[in-house]
Amino acid sequence: MKKLGDYIRREPDGTGEQTDLSRRAFLSAASALGGLALAPGVTLHAFGQEAAARLPDQAVTSQHRWGLLIDAGRCGDGCNACVTACADEHGWDADATSPTDAHWIRKVEVRDPEGGLQRTLPMMCQHCASPPCVDVCPTGASFKRADGIVLVDKHTCIGCRYCMMACPYNARSFIHEPLADQKPYAPRGKGTVESCTMCVHRVDEGRQPACVEACSDTAGGAMLFGDLNDPESEISKRIASYPTVEIRADLDLDTGVRYRNI
Amino acid sequence: MARIIYREIEGRAGFWGPLAGLAILIVIGLASAWYMEHYGHIVTGMGNRIVWGIPHVFAIFLIVAASGVLNVASIGSVFGRVPYKPMARLSGLLAIALLIGGLTVLVLDLGRPDRLIVAMTTYNFKSIFAWNIFLYTGFLVIVAAYLFVLMERQMSPYTKPVGWFALIWRLVLTSGTGSIFGWLVARQAYDAAVMAPLFIAMSLSLGLAVFILVVWTICRWEGRELGNGLLSRLGRLLGIFAGAVLYFTAVQHLTNLYSAEHWDVEAFLLWEGGIYPGLFWLVQVLLGGLLPIALVFYPKTASKPAAIVSAAALVILGGLAQLYVIIIGGQAYPLGMFPGMEVHSVFQDGVIASYVPSLPEFGLGIGGVALALAITLVGMRILRFMPQSLADKVVDPPPAAAEAKAA
Amino acid sequence: MGSRLLVVFGFIAAIGVVWHGPLAMLSQAVAAETGQSGRVPVPAPARGKGDSCVADTDFMRRNHMAVLNHQRDDTVHEGIRAKRFSLKECIDCHAVNGADGVPVTVEDPKHFCRSCHDYAAVSVDCFQCHASRPDTAAMSVEPDKGAALSLRSYLARATR
Repeated sequence: MKKLGDYIRREPDGTGEQTDLSRRAFLSAASALGGLALAPGVTLHAFGQEAAARLPDQAVTSQHRWGLLIDAGRCGDGCNACVTACADEHGWDADATSPTDAHWIRKVEVRDPEGGLQRTLPMMCQHCASPPCVDVCPTGASFKRADGIVLVDKHTCIGCRYCMMACPYNARSFIHEPLADQKPYAPRGKGTVESCTMCVHRVDEGRQPACVEACSDTAGGAMLFGDLNDPESEISKRIASYPTVEIRADLDLDTGVRYRNI
Repeated sequence: MARIIYREIEGRAGFWGPLAGLAILIVIGLASAWYMEHYGHIVTGMGNRIVWGIPHVFAIFLIVAASGVLNVASIGSVFGRVPYKPMARLSGLLAIALLIGGLTVLVLDLGRPDRLIVAMTTYNFKSIFAWNIFLYTGFLVIVAAYLFVLMERQMSPYTKPVGWFALIWRLVLTSGTGSIFGWLVARQAYDAAVMAPLFIAMSLSLGLAVFILVVWTICRWEGRELGNGLLSRLGRLLGIFAGAVLYFTAVQHLTNLYSAEHWDVEAFLLWEGGIYPGLFWLVQVLLGGLLPIALVFYPKTASKPAAIVSAAALVILGGLAQLYVIIIGGQAYPLGMFPGMEVHSVFQDGVIASYVPSLPEFGLGIGGVALALAITLVGMRILRFMPQSLADKVVDPPPAAAEAKAA
Repeated sequence: MGSRLLVVFGFIAAIGVVWHGPLAMLSQAVAAETGQSGRVPVPAPARGKGDSCVADTDFMRRNHMAVLNHQRDDTVHEGIRAKRFSLKECIDCHAVNGADGVPVTVEDPKHFCRSCHDYAAVSVDCFQCHASRPDTAAMSVEPDKGAALSLRSYLARATR
């Protein structure tokens, strides 16, 4: 039977050549790996990429807390770029209006009856730090990932819709009919509940959510994505420099999505 | 007191006829559930704004009534009221039957009913739903144990402790059911601590109403005597419980009306909201509350069995209306995301959601009721749940006879 | 009353015995017969891409469900997207083309998963939610394009 000593070889006369070799090999491998691990982060950071990519086989940690900052002042009245981008990315219909159709993000028009001032803003899952949907889910399918993104584990979802009752933002949709040809990185199916995932598949690769990208590239630049835990990130600096609000702030949910000019 | 004799029902007025009818309703219920599961919930009237509909109205009615119907047994075992003791076995059977019916409807309406095993093995204990799964299944076990100690003569010393346990369990269970709504901060029609005691009162009221209807019907079919005094007594108790429901409803709405934040949702539920004020005032308060209370307490009607039974039926109607207003009215009213503002979107924000119930939803709900009644009927046929006689002199003998026996 | 209880339990037990006894043996005999006569063809799964699967065929046959179950929890809850046991990679390699050269969905009996699962009569739950074939249409922006776009938008923001 092999023993531990078989794996750690020592010469009886104590030259220890074998261990020296293995230690050296270990150190060089470790530094190579370390460099490899740091390289993507360094590269992306140089490009100002807010979402530094982890290696695919590393688990998420609470080191980052992903959030969005939305400037309703820059949000165009007839513009639907964020909605269309999300719908194309995840395979739902942006133009559907039936009560049974899913909406991960929608444009909401808010009008002040006193004076008639109207503004428009995109509304999606607010990725709360204390999500009511997570509290009420009987199986724990609705959960908050370590980096703050609130998701539905559709393997465990039984479709009871209690989370939809509990969400203060009506952010969740229930799939009312069989689906086919889903996007491979956005599985969605009949009988389960879904909502904005903050493009978790993109964030894990170090990219931005589709809505933010579309808004920056083709529209008013109203949406900003970033790491709320990093004081040097663009989003943190902006939140520190001018007033921003959470929707339904009185519920004290500490949302990851904040708004300006609403 | 004279020894109560229990006997299986014989089916004099036809056992197989009603059972066949119930079986047809159960099959329709199962077919409705299959239809909803196969094609998806798009075939129902439920959507992304009204996510719980008619099946949940029936399911919660059955679950709440299941908890309350055991009260008849509790009054006998725990509070020692002699006239209630003969009815304890039937009360336990009805509790199990109604709960199974309600849980069946709830489970079959799930988006993924095939994942029931997941629901029974994976728990998030911060969710009142998860706790309810334990409370409901535990209730079935406890009532089974309760029936055992009631029906096995040698176990009769244990009826009081088991009865206490069952009483406390069902108070927790019903508070948990009310808290499904009461603990939701998101919706203005919910988010109220009073939902828990309101549901306790509803359970007592609806449970007793169901019990009165079932015991009266079976006694008629079987030709077994049901004493007028006993029926009037049950009727008066029903009146007290219906009054308690009205009280807690009043507290809930008056409290809401006092805060400016809740004016709009109260206006919607109480006078502007179309069907909801109609159901609330006409069916819940008038037909399901004030009229039954009048029937059971007004001396001219209080002694008539027809009046008591009608009162019970009206209370059930009022209970269904109340649950409709709570469950569906509460969802129809939009979320207050931007207080004071007019909100509009393609996802039905800011507007009253409309709900048109579909046939499969009714099929499923009524199928659950039929399942509960079928279990009760079959149970009474094969085991001795029903007393031979519930005549007044049997269940509530005059004091002189009782003293003579004690002597 | 005890005898009546006995009748009820006896009835339930009888159903169980009849189901698991003669009826099961009968159905197995029928299955064996039809397997040989070709009514339900013995599975012949199509070859996947590349030289070999990510693990031995025997291992995969017995354990693919276990590794997929484990992987899905890692991916959904921890964000671990290692490629080896990723369902997307399975589908990419094991796509079976139809007559028109396009990979078939799980509706088609030729689908790789169905070739064994139909025979074993084990329902596959995955494709209620997951796409059963690779996304042949262009997906979202590919990673390197994404970085370039983000660089562009970063520079655009920096000069505002």
